[in-house]
Amino acid sequence: MSALKSVFGRVSARRRHRLAPLVLLFAALAATGGAYAAFAPSPQAEAAPGSSSQATDEGKVLFLRNCSSCHGLKGEGSGDGRSPSLIGVGAASVDFQVGTGRMPAARSEVPQVPAKPVQFSQKEIAALAAYVASLGPGPAIPSKEQVDFSKADAAAGGAIYRTNCAMCHNFAGSGGALTQGKFAPSLKGTTPKHIYEAMLTGPQSMPVFSDGTLTPTDKRDVIAFLKSIESEPNPGGASLGRIGPVSEGAVGWIVGMGMLIGCAVWLGAKAR
Amino acid sequence: MSDQHHTNPGHPSGADEDGGTTGALEPRFTSPGLAPHAYRRSDIDPKAAKRREREVAMLFGLSTLGTLLFIVAYFAVKLENVGGTEMLNRVALSTRLLGLGLGIAMFCIGAGAIHWAKTLMPDDEIVNDRKPMRSSDENRSAAVAYLKEGAAGAGLGRRKLIRNSLLGALAPLGLLALIPLRDLGPLPGDKLARTAWKAGSRLVTDPSGNPVKASEVPIGGVVHVLPEGINDMGHPLEERAKAAVIVIRLAPEELRERKSRRGWSYNGIVAYSQICTHVGCPVGLYEQQTHHLLCPCHQSTFDVANQCAVVFGPAARPLPQLPLAVDSEGYLVAKSGFHEPVGPSFWERGKR
Repeated sequence: MSALKSVFGRVSARRRHRLAPLVLLFAALAATGGAYAAFAPSPQAEAAPGSSSQATDEGKVLFLRNCSSCHGLKGEGSGDGRSPSLIGVGAASVDFQVGTGRMPAARSEVPQVPAKPVQFSQKEIAALAAYVASLGPGPAIPSKEQVDFSKADAAAGGAIYRTNCAMCHNFAGSGGALTQGKFAPSLKGTTPKHIYEAMLTGPQSMPVFSDGTLTPTDKRDVIAFLKSIESEPNPGGASLGRIGPVSEGAVGWIVGMGMLIGCAVWLGAKAR
Repeated sequence: MSDQHHTNPGHPSGADEDGGTTGALEPRFTSPGLAPHAYRRSDIDPKAAKRREREVAMLFGLSTLGTLLFIVAYFAVKLENVGGTEMLNRVALSTRLLGLGLGIAMFCIGAGAIHWAKTLMPDDEIVNDRKPMRSSDENRSAAVAYLKEGAAGAGLGRRKLIRNSLLGALAPLGLLALIPLRDLGPLPGDKLARTAWKAGSRLVTDPSGNPVKASEVPIGGVVHVLPEGINDMGHPLEERAKAAVIVIRLAPEELRERKSRRGWSYNGIVAYSQICTHVGCPVGLYEQQTHHLLCPCHQSTFDVANQCAVVFGPAARPLPQLPLAVDSEGYLVAKSGFHEPVGPSFWERGKR
């Protein structure tokens, strides 16, 4: 009996512990977040499934089945500004948008269509790209040679990147925020071809960097720079996402100051 | 160890030659005295004391291990004869191990000392009464006498030449603090209002330096440009800081232009100063679909389709526009320089 009492006594003492509200708060936050993640509608589930089973070599068939409900039967766009005309966007645009899984997009994906698992095979994407390219002249998919960055100048690419790209995509390609919930995505892990196509076509909020103003050599240099910083180690320690002072400041304040405060509390506490 | 010892060095002799009692005021409350001394476990239980002793020794031992880690890491991680990524990896490893070793070595010495002091060293409460602040009258009159004697010996009152020349030396000393204030000037004159752009300057890309053909700027395209020849100017970095310009092409029907600025754009191509009118950050985040130009520092947002009017944020004015033209070879040139000072406000802005 007395043993039982002492156990209960200990439990309730622990419940009255100073840190108990903090632990409870974190538990509640984690539970809400977890529940949201579990029940929130995933954009992928709403996206039109790529009917790869009925794939034909005809990009037009694929287009009519998968794209025309938004972009129109002839790729003329919805007219309300939601779905742009595809006449003249070129094969490069299709290869980028479909090849990174951004298209097909769901209506819920506003204001920004994020990259998702790719829904078409490379062959289907090529067929779609060929069909859209036939609607009007536009930038073509870059050749293997154009995106072969092994001989490009990463240092020159870095200078170009810092002037033209870093303001949105961050100095280390980690991405960054734009207005109204839009964002410039991280460039880590993006294939050289897709980086090239993004510069060439200017998907969504991104401006266009045509070959006239940013030459193919420049573009290849930029790719070389991005790939070189991807494989670069962090001699100074943890990179903290390479997003600059925000994460570094948070760690400095929470971990660094936390440790200092902990030491101060220990110093001032009376020994028992 | 267990007896509580109060050190009361007796009442200070605040009573002076007046023969009065200590302090003029009656005590308004009685001192409750010291709280009963709380004994630590290590005060009562020799086993606990032994345990504390071992803990302190363990912390000091840990510090020794940290020192060893530092020394071993210093010699084991070799940075010679490697290059490139491998070199950086080794620097990273070396930095971490050295830091870890040094951290453990120093922290554990401190922690051990504190633990020792808190748990094993005597913690009896001791009272030391405050001594009176006032010196004895003998000391006071002696000090005054010394001062008077010193002043008389120095002869400041007698030797007027020395006194006056000393004053003459001290007074201009203040100037030494004032003279360097000149480094705040000279005033910038019209430098803040002028940029490197002038009529006919070709727009060249930054950093490649290629001239920009109007036909090569696509709708939705952006080019970051500088005036041609800016790198040959006297202070190229200062000039760049004022002359950075962003060229953007919109569909001509999307562009709303003031009457007075008709002819400043070319085929939907417009050029605006990239220096934010708030505090001068480079405004460079252009959203192609909304035509909004965003400043990364304080989120000032400018509507390029509407003369770069401020649609959000702390900026007070639209970005200054650079009038554009096309030369005989089809390259973009400045029709004139900026018609207003670029960048943030300053005192004399608009007074010239």
